Amino acid sequence: MDIINTNNLGKTYLHKDGKVDAIKNITIAVEKGSFVTITGPSGSGKTTLLLTLAGLIRPTSGAFSFLEKELTHVHDCELAQFRRKNVGFIMQSFALIPYLTTIQNVMMPLALNKISKQKQKEIATSVLETVGLENRLNHLPRELSAGQQQRVAIARAMVNSPSLIFADEPTGNLDPMLAVEILDFLKEINEKNKITVIMVTHSPVAAAYGNVKIHLDKGEIKSINEKIIK
Amino acid sequence: MNLFKLVWIELWNKKTQLISSLMAIVIGIGVIVGIRTINVYSEKAVAVKLDNLGANILVLPQATSIDDYSTSDIDAPTIPMEYVEKILTSEIKGVDNLSPKLTRRITIGNKKFVLTGIQPKNEIASKPLWQNTGFGKEIQASCAPSTAENKSHGYEDEKLKRKGVDSLDYTECLLGAQVAKALNLKVKDKLKIQDKELTVAKLLVETGTVDDDRIFVNLKAAQEILGIKDQISAIEIMGCCNAISDGLLSKLRNILPDTRITTIGQIVSTQIETNKTMKKTSVIFLIIILFVGSISIGNYMWANVNERRKEIGILRMIGTYKTEIYKILLVKASILGLIGGILGYSLGTIAAYYMGPAFAQIQVSAIPIFLLWSVLISIGISITGSLIPAYFAAKFDAFSNMQEE
Repeated sequence: MDIINTNNLGKTYLHKDGKVDAIKNITIAVEKGSFVTITGPSGSGKTTLLLTLAGLIRPTSGAFSFLEKELTHVHDCELAQFRRKNVGFIMQSFALIPYLTTIQNVMMPLALNKISKQKQKEIATSVLETVGLENRLNHLPRELSAGQQQRVAIARAMVNSPSLIFADEPTGNLDPMLAVEILDFLKEINEKNKITVIMVTHSPVAAAYGNVKIHLDKGEIKSINEKIIK
Repeated sequence: MNLFKLVWIELWNKKTQLISSLMAIVIGIGVIVGIRTINVYSEKAVAVKLDNLGANILVLPQATSIDDYSTSDIDAPTIPMEYVEKILTSEIKGVDNLSPKLTRRITIGNKKFVLTGIQPKNEIASKPLWQNTGFGKEIQASCAPSTAENKSHGYEDEKLKRKGVDSLDYTECLLGAQVAKALNLKVKDKLKIQDKELTVAKLLVETGTVDDDRIFVNLKAAQEILGIKDQISAIEIMGCCNAISDGLLSKLRNILPDTRITTIGQIVSTQIETNKTMKKTSVIFLIIILFVGSISIGNYMWANVNERRKEIGILRMIGTYKTEIYKILLVKASILGLIGGILGYSLGTIAAYYMGPAFAQIQVSAIPIFLLWSVLISIGISITGSLIPAYFAAKFDAFSNMQEE
């Protein structure tokens, strides 16, 4: 079953020098449980595609759907609802709220879903144990190493048991050993929990983790699993 | 974890910013509370002073000369008795006591005196200088501050100690000190005025005023002696101080257009004017504070929103609604307003407590209702100042944080 479908998806930015097509004619079907990697040179539209699929950017053309539910033209609130219920994010810069502790950061998505405080604590603690941060529950992000911060971000992405995790260069700020650790973890989540992962990366090592490998150039899909798209 | 806790944690983690943003609002609210507190107690002090002066408004026929307030009723033309009813039924606030009277010069033997017909209880109520004559029942003040409150601020509302005469019989009279001396009369002696024989009910204490030369009789008796039925020459009114400053005189003039209404308000008019000025000043300050406070809080919120673009982006990314972002910022503004209001009220009250005696010679204490107003105004200012930044914050692109760093 496809979890994400796009049909000629495009995003055009208006610039003083003229229109810029960040992505164009993107038509893909992402099967549930797949590990999709999106690669391509800088400015190829990788992040724009990721953010569009996550409902954070509105496409200017085409359509996309999540579990066959059309999301292209839904209200902002519905997109937010889609994200809080079904999506987890892992960003290169970790995207943690600096004045919240590890456990508070992880509890945030649960709080948005109106889970009781007690339950929030229980779930967040258990997820943080999974990522090996049970001893860092009350640490602020600045008191953690880069690898630990990224694991907090992973815990936050997982805490709502999402069906999708979007990762934008999740290993970009990490040394190679830590990067492998994080990628292994993502793969484990993907395989064990059947969570679909869509990951943007520059790194060929990271890209190798995907079972669906999309390569973008100039906003268009050039290949899927090395099969050239014309 | 919830949105309220998120706001609280953020505020707690940025205490320095919180303090600096609160300064403007605390000082502003403090100034307003300080001025208004002194103003309120100053008004009360004036009310007590005016009340203790006795009658302070005189209603006279239009043609009367009022060169001398205390004797202006003596040779005045007359006005109908029903004017008293007109005032009583008008429901004008601030009329504490009405004392209609009819006054004429009379001659007894070869000596000249002034005969004044009065409605006894009312008359004595309006004459604080008679207060120690020990007549009748106690008279309650209506417009002066309550006894307990007065006492706590060192005010002595003399009227509360006064006694009124329940009745002055149709055949009785009260004699001013000089009259008693001139006619050599004592209590229970008989006094004949024209054909009417009267018994001396009381000798009034010497007041040093024209009242010492007056013979007071029941109004009806005076009307009969003078042959002026249902007419009076003046109505003395004890008006509440605040009511006078709020235009009691013009309201009375509207009811009785063909009369001359005057006041001895000059005695306290300076203080009334001062109160008005202070009131105006506090309103001006309030307007300034509304502007400065709103701009200051707005500026803080704007800076805070910009500084927190990334956090707001993260919140939007994980599924926070725009309305929730609004709520976060407005809750924050409300907390700032609440703290600012409480601190501003405290600052203003403490300042008034020390500055009241020093600058206005009045004792001042806290006015609890101002706490509510301070908090409401402060929250209003904070929310007003935060609306625009909150609107823009809610519009931030969720992804704006993602490609930073």
